[in-house]
Amino acid sequence: MTTPLVEMRDISISFGGIKAVDHVSVDLYPGEVVGLLGHNGAGKSTLIKVLSGAYKADSGKIFINGEEATINSPRDARRYNVETIYQTLALADNLDAASNLFLGRELVTPFGLVDDGQMEAETRKIMARLNPNFQKFAEPVSALSGGQRQSVAIARAVYFNAKILIMDEPTAALGPQETKMVAELIQELKKQGLGIFLISHDIHDVMDLCDRVSVMKNGQLVGTERVEDVTDDDILGMIILGKKPGQAA
Amino acid sequence: MTDTSHPVPGAAKRRSLLDTLEIDTRLLGMIGAFLVLCIVFNVFTDGRFLTPRNVFNLTIQTVSVAIMATGMVFIIVTRHIDLSVGALLATCSAVMAMMQTAILPDVIGLPLGHPMIWVLAAITGMLTGTLIGAFHGWLVGYLSIPAFIVTLGGLLVWRNVAWYLTNGQTIGPLDPTFLIFGGTNGTLGETWSWIVGAIAAAAAVAILFQSRRKKSAHGFPVKPMWAEVTISGIVVAAIMGFVATLNAYEIPSRRLERMFEDRGEIMPEGFTASYGMPISVLLLIIVAIGMTVIAQRTRLGRYIFATGGNPDAAELSGINTRMLTVKVFALMGALCALSAIVASARLSNHSNDIGTLDELRVIAAAVIGGTALAGGLGTIYGAILGALIMQSLQSGMAMVGVDAPLQNIVVGAVLVAAVLIDIIYRKRTGAKI
Ligand SMILES: Nc1ncnc2c1ncn2[C@@H]1O[C@H](COP(=O)(O)OP(=O)(O)OP(=O)(O)O)[C@@H](O)[C@H]1O
Ligand SMILES: [Mg+2]
Repeated sequence: MTTPLVEMRDISISFGGIKAVDHVSVDLYPGEVVGLLGHNGAGKSTLIKVLSGAYKADSGKIFINGEEATINSPRDARRYNVETIYQTLALADNLDAASNLFLGRELVTPFGLVDDGQMEAETRKIMARLNPNFQKFAEPVSALSGGQRQSVAIARAVYFNAKILIMDEPTAALGPQETKMVAELIQELKKQGLGIFLISHDIHDVMDLCDRVSVMKNGQLVGTERVEDVTDDDILGMIILGKKPGQAA
Repeated sequence: MTDTSHPVPGAAKRRSLLDTLEIDTRLLGMIGAFLVLCIVFNVFTDGRFLTPRNVFNLTIQTVSVAIMATGMVFIIVTRHIDLSVGALLATCSAVMAMMQTAILPDVIGLPLGHPMIWVLAAITGMLTGTLIGAFHGWLVGYLSIPAFIVTLGGLLVWRNVAWYLTNGQTIGPLDPTFLIFGGTNGTLGETWSWIVGAIAAAAAVAILFQSRRKKSAHGFPVKPMWAEVTISGIVVAAIMGFVATLNAYEIPSRRLERMFEDRGEIMPEGFTASYGMPISVLLLIIVAIGMTVIAQRTRLGRYIFATGGNPDAAELSGINTRMLTVKVFALMGALCALSAIVASARLSNHSNDIGTLDELRVIAAAVIGGTALAGGLGTIYGAILGALIMQSLQSGMAMVGVDAPLQNIVVGAVLVAAVLIDIIYRKRTGAKI
């Protein structure tokens, strides 16, 4: 058995009285896509934000390539090659696509000044791959549609050679064609050996793209299953009733 | 909407001209408003408003507020406010005045007029301002006290620290070399003003064409050559026109005679000389260029605007927004100290009420200049233009003979109206923020 790329072990975090994540363990292997499912407020986003450095867990450990990782900030996560597409997209609305894509990692000229031309050129390259219809490079991203904004967030996560990719509802605002391109992108990244956590409410998407699914309910892990072992209805049962397949209600 | 189906003849063409030139219409509007203001005052003062003498005075009166306004842009862009700038200016001014008149001559033993006095005083002042600013930033960034409260407290504290340090007395006269930063006492003279103007014009044109070359190197669309040349022409004309105006203001002959007498010479018959560009204005230009470079071309500037646009996104991108707050307030403090140099040198002493109400002028300048209080939006040139508009309004009304209370009523109303116009403009142009 290979060592997992990521292992989140017994993670707990609460906000005030609410246990948003309650002793949850999930793992992820290279070249694997793991779906995270659950009702609204189940704790999916909170769990992956612990991995991306946005939150610090109250208890629990994170292992990356078998070694314990200390992730106290988004910067730390980036150092472990963890890239995240946040559900809220986390874009600075007043800046253009290129500035957002390179935010925190700007390309600079030999004088140390930001090289907007170079950054825009790189952005044009990657957007040509992800969303060929995208043309609004000069406007602030507040002038973009929801799907265009999502494309920018996706581009930012895949541009920097992630090893671990977190996608929190990456296709929620995308049209059918763009959604298909993201699905193809996921397949391609998977082939390159990335591990991907995919959060989605679309069970079909998840069944098509994922190797395993982990289901959460009220902050707790209901269970993790290989997709070939379960039906859509089994998964629905896990999400809604919180019961494992084969278990009596 | 309806106006798309019935296009006004000529409107499309006009818009496309502005589009081709890629001129910021908001900037154009502000320049337009400023010009109208100047012309109106010029008419009502029988041509006294736009004399070289008044333009010269207007610019030296604007410098202190304009320098601080550039720093206020960054503060407001990051969704903070600084109400303490006038008080901070007073504290820095008090510290520098005491260095020059008491501490350096008496405690350290440098003879009065020693060339190191102004240097050491200025350095101490800059350090004081930067440290106090950084302290404010730390309270805001790391202890999460709202900037409004920190700097409201700061206003009371530093205004009265200045008072305490000086026992409320006017301190002067300041070191003669120090005074060259005040305006009239330190100007470049005719030749050097032309040289500085020429360098500035050449640099501006070089930057325009450099950015064009870079754009085409990446294969991005560029404006047509004639547009580039037109803009360069306007920029060069504006710079040289400004220098010519300053150079047209001649030093009064009485003053010239005295200057010759001081050197033990007699003024030749018919001798004239111009003030030229004040060193304080040169200082403002350098600050403006430096702050614009920070805003547009450095990581620090990028992070300032990103944090103002979406603090959470900035944080998630690995930007240390707390430290950023410290840096922004420290920069504001340093600029307050710089303004303190200019303001006290202009008065040739430190007075207890120096910088009073400057916080309001500075915030107004930044806001009139298009800085959005919601954060994420603002320009350095806008803030400077805003400061110029405020100062013109104030001195113009004084020249026309408007009563003092009425002057302030008008300034207050203009501030509110300017923000309203800005909101309407942004809605029209479809910008979200
Ligand atoms: N910053 C916060 N402060 C307080 N409570 C929070 C915070 N973030 C999340 N919560 C709470 O934690 C719980 C889990 O939220 P989370 O965002 O992880 O849900 P989710 O599974 O991602 O839901 P969705 O499908 O709606 O995105 C919710 O009850 C939410 O109210
Ligand atoms: Mg969520």
